[in-house]
Amino acid sequence: MTAPLLQAPLLQVRDLKVHFPVKTGGLLIGRYQPLHAVDGVSFDLAPGETLGIVGESGCGKSTLGRAVLQLLPATSGAVIWLGQEMTGLSAKEIKAARENMQIVFQDPLASLDPRMTAGDIIAEPLRNYHPELSRAETARRVAELMEQVGLLPGMINRYPHEFSGGQCQRIGIARAMILKPKLVICDEPVSALDVSVRAQVINLLKDLQKAFGLAMLFISHDLAVVRHISDRVLVLYLGKVMELAPRDLLYQAPRHPYTRALMSAVPIPDPALERAKPRIILTGDLPSPLNPPSGCVFRTRCPKATDICAQVEPVRESPAPGHDVWCHHSRD
Amino acid sequence: MTDVNLVTPAIPVPDVIEGRSLWQDAWRRLLRNRAALASLIILGVIAFLSIFGPYALAWSYDQIDWDHVEAVPPSLALKHYLGTDSVGRDLLARTLFGGRVSLTVGLLATGVALFIGVTVGAVSGYLGGKVDQVLMRFVDLMYSVPLTFFVIILMVLFGRNFILMFLAIGSVEWLTMARIVRGQTLTLKHREFMEAARASGGSTVSILLRHVVPNVLGVVIVYVTLTIPQVILLESFLSFLGLGVQEPMTSWGVLINEGAAELEITPRTLIVPAIFMTATLFCFNFLGDGLRDALDPKDR
Amino acid sequence: MPSTRKTADVAGSDTVLDIQGLTVRFETADGEVQAVSDLSLTVAKGECLGIVGESGSGKSQTFMATLGLLADNGRATGKVMFGDADLLTANEATLNSIRGNRAAMVFQDHMTSLTPHMKVGRQLTEVLQRHRGLDAKAALDAVIAMLRRVQIPEPERRAEMYPHELSGGLRQRVMIAMGLLCHPELLIADEPTTALDVTVQALILDLIRDVKDSDNTAVILITHDLGVVAGLADRVAVMYAGRVVELGDVNQIFSEPQHPYTQGLLACSPRLDDALGGKLKTIPGQPPNLQRLPPGCAFAPRCPYVIAACAERPPLRPAAGGGLKACVRDDLASITKAAS
Ligand SMILES: Nc1ncnc2c1ncn2[C@@H]1O[C@H](COP(=O)(O)OP(=O)(O)OP(=O)(O)O)[C@@H](O)[C@H]1O
Ligand code: SF4
Ligand code: SF4
Ligand SMILES: [Mg+2]
Repeated sequence: MTAPLLQAPLLQVRDLKVHFPVKTGGLLIGRYQPLHAVDGVSFDLAPGETLGIVGESGCGKSTLGRAVLQLLPATSGAVIWLGQEMTGLSAKEIKAARENMQIVFQDPLASLDPRMTAGDIIAEPLRNYHPELSRAETARRVAELMEQVGLLPGMINRYPHEFSGGQCQRIGIARAMILKPKLVICDEPVSALDVSVRAQVINLLKDLQKAFGLAMLFISHDLAVVRHISDRVLVLYLGKVMELAPRDLLYQAPRHPYTRALMSAVPIPDPALERAKPRIILTGDLPSPLNPPSGCVFRTRCPKATDICAQVEPVRESPAPGHDVWCHHSRD
Repeated sequence: MTDVNLVTPAIPVPDVIEGRSLWQDAWRRLLRNRAALASLIILGVIAFLSIFGPYALAWSYDQIDWDHVEAVPPSLALKHYLGTDSVGRDLLARTLFGGRVSLTVGLLATGVALFIGVTVGAVSGYLGGKVDQVLMRFVDLMYSVPLTFFVIILMVLFGRNFILMFLAIGSVEWLTMARIVRGQTLTLKHREFMEAARASGGSTVSILLRHVVPNVLGVVIVYVTLTIPQVILLESFLSFLGLGVQEPMTSWGVLINEGAAELEITPRTLIVPAIFMTATLFCFNFLGDGLRDALDPKDR
Repeated sequence: MPSTRKTADVAGSDTVLDIQGLTVRFETADGEVQAVSDLSLTVAKGECLGIVGESGSGKSQTFMATLGLLADNGRATGKVMFGDADLLTANEATLNSIRGNRAAMVFQDHMTSLTPHMKVGRQLTEVLQRHRGLDAKAALDAVIAMLRRVQIPEPERRAEMYPHELSGGLRQRVMIAMGLLCHPELLIADEPTTALDVTVQALILDLIRDVKDSDNTAVILITHDLGVVAGLADRVAVMYAGRVVELGDVNQIFSEPQHPYTQGLLACSPRLDDALGGKLKTIPGQPPNLQRLPPGCAFAPRCPYVIAACAERPPLRPAAGGGLKACVRDDLASITKAAS
């Protein structure tokens, strides 16, 4: 495990907020209200490190990933890439920075253009960034990478629908890797895959990470998968960070009530353990990000909530080096 | 990475393969479609005849056979292979020449509509926002101008001109095309692969050319095959109003109009151009269907 | 009490559903697809049968065929006894009187299985009025009681809402409530929690457990998540390429899986409590194309233990531990022991 931040960070995210204007109310007299998709997230990422980002659907995981890539405009806050502030860069400068940051999407088939061949899809980033390369050289690099991700080079002329989900995801991964980026954002890369194929793709990502020395932001709702691939883990709820810790600390000694509830809800494929294990049942549903609860956003479902939780937003506490928690009662 | 090599290809894959593009694949698939191939050949023949036929015939399209200023039935001796019209002009020559006009107008006007419509629709749908608003309001505005009025204004400005006519028709037909393409682009825009294209560093132009256009082309082509006949008919309407081609020049639409008037006396003056025109329209339809299928990689 | 329950699959007096030799075929443009092949299963009162398998293994289609809900291009053959009725030959009227009444199905996709333009209360009362002939007032009372039972907060208010106004978790609970309204003998839940978050999933699973235990309802739980099955099922059927490859008591399936596919599946699922470091175990290859199934064991191209005899299709037969498996080899235990 990489010790957190011994090296200069590759990526720094500071108090990042992404709010979407959402129309509420009637058709005519509707007004725009901000939806707090990401609401003040900060973290650092070291070169070669994997940060897992977990949380339930709608908590802002994907938005966070896209805002880091500048695919979505941030409302406020900073994304600092290699010491350079990204927000406010021109389209050209953003394009230049993106050569080193790529993304792998959740839906393997939907993220591939149905009318492009696998070869063209993988070659696209090369064509965009290195139009000077000869056709032969582009083809050579594509073939090399296809082999690395476990596709036969002879498959370049096939179209996405002629591949299985796992193979499509390999194409998506190859496309993200062909520029040899420094950071790859994986947005639920294995959620749409079958159990037996999921493990293959996780192993592939780990292998490529080692081979290319990549840093990864690994976004997933699956805590078991995140545990296998991450060095550190960030737990997100309603656009806010609840807990951020090195992997082993987080899984062995979670401090935040939400993290604990999440962990206890993950089913274990072992009947005896699964039926005996204590569970923290969360009541109620995820509140609307249109008007998040006051104070601690988790208080409406938190089994430990007290009066102070409704009034004061918790500040960061660090029970151990590198372990940060945002909760008034994390020490109980 | 040995344990990730888990490809079990169902179809044997040759070792060295040249990369192919969608267009090469589409062309191959089109040639495999019998109806489309036959249509392509027939259209080729009709076009060839229209272009070169008039030179090979003894009579030209505007030449009146002064010895027989009346409808002559088909006669090999007089070299009126399909007879003449009521004023003694060779029907075959006129039909072939009319084909030149109709095909040129049909293809060029549709080409203009295609080019402007796809460009405006794709840009408008993809960029959205202000650009979209301005372009679409302009389209609305153009819709409200009647075609004949528009053509008359053009004629007044530029004088009577054959080329102007299909520019005029084309610039009206692109409106619907632009709307269709814009709608398609809007749905495409939210597909994940478009985001992927942006993330891979694609510029707006390259995204439009590489991702938007190929994906809207299927729908566009169907619309094109509907537009070509529409344009050919529109031309005869304009000609009828005296805004299109002028005597002795002619087109299929004009010939059919004239033939219909003499249906009872000399039905062949209607039948001959009608056969050419229907054959052409049918072929365009089959070709359009074939192209749409050929451009869809899922359709093997 | 899984130990007292039979694991081998024979119909008994408390059998609710008895599927014998079910085969489902689809006519498609590229030829015939055999989605389910010669499948036999039974479920008893108060029992939860878990069906696990990967996407396309035929889990859903088995039970769609059972309830006569196949797409137009699908044909089912075999026998499906529900009480005295053979559901495959029953006419539409009989099926309608059974579906949603004595046998209910909760679908994977809870958004599309509720009518979007109708208040959820109306959709639920309609079921009761149709099947039970209740009047509007009595139906509404029963519906509110059922919504409360599935732990929907403020049921009176939610009944007045349209499906899109509810969150995914609430919609799924409404679907379950709808399934349970007529106190069915059989509840088929097809991936009831796949689209939901883990914290909400836990609630839904508790609810299904409660239905099974207190109403003695037979439950068929279709899922690809082994953890969900481990928590809820009494018996488990593992499906691969349209066939049951292993069937047994839940404890046996998880502690001593007999079929190489089950073993692989268990080994390659990442868990919260397994050892870290190194790579995940994998099953090489990918699920087969149903149009081009190998003639013998469908798992053979991916199986580490394949031998010549696997070229013949292995029948489902009794295996060590009291369950059934469709694999020709009996010496796997010794091989795996030797290897480790
Ligand atoms: N109408 C249809 N026409 C043709 N094939 C079909 C049709 N419906 C289903 N199939 C095929 O039948 C097979 C079994 O499908 P089924 O839905 O039972 O899988 P499943 O195990 O439920 O998968 P999942 O986990 O994805 O829900 C699949 O290969 C599917 O493509
Ligand atoms: S601050 Fe209060 S409400 Fe929030 S997680 Fe901690 S105990 Fe729960
Ligand atoms: S029958 Fe053969 S191929 Fe199939 S699972 Fe058993 S050992 Fe493997
Ligand atoms: Mg299914």
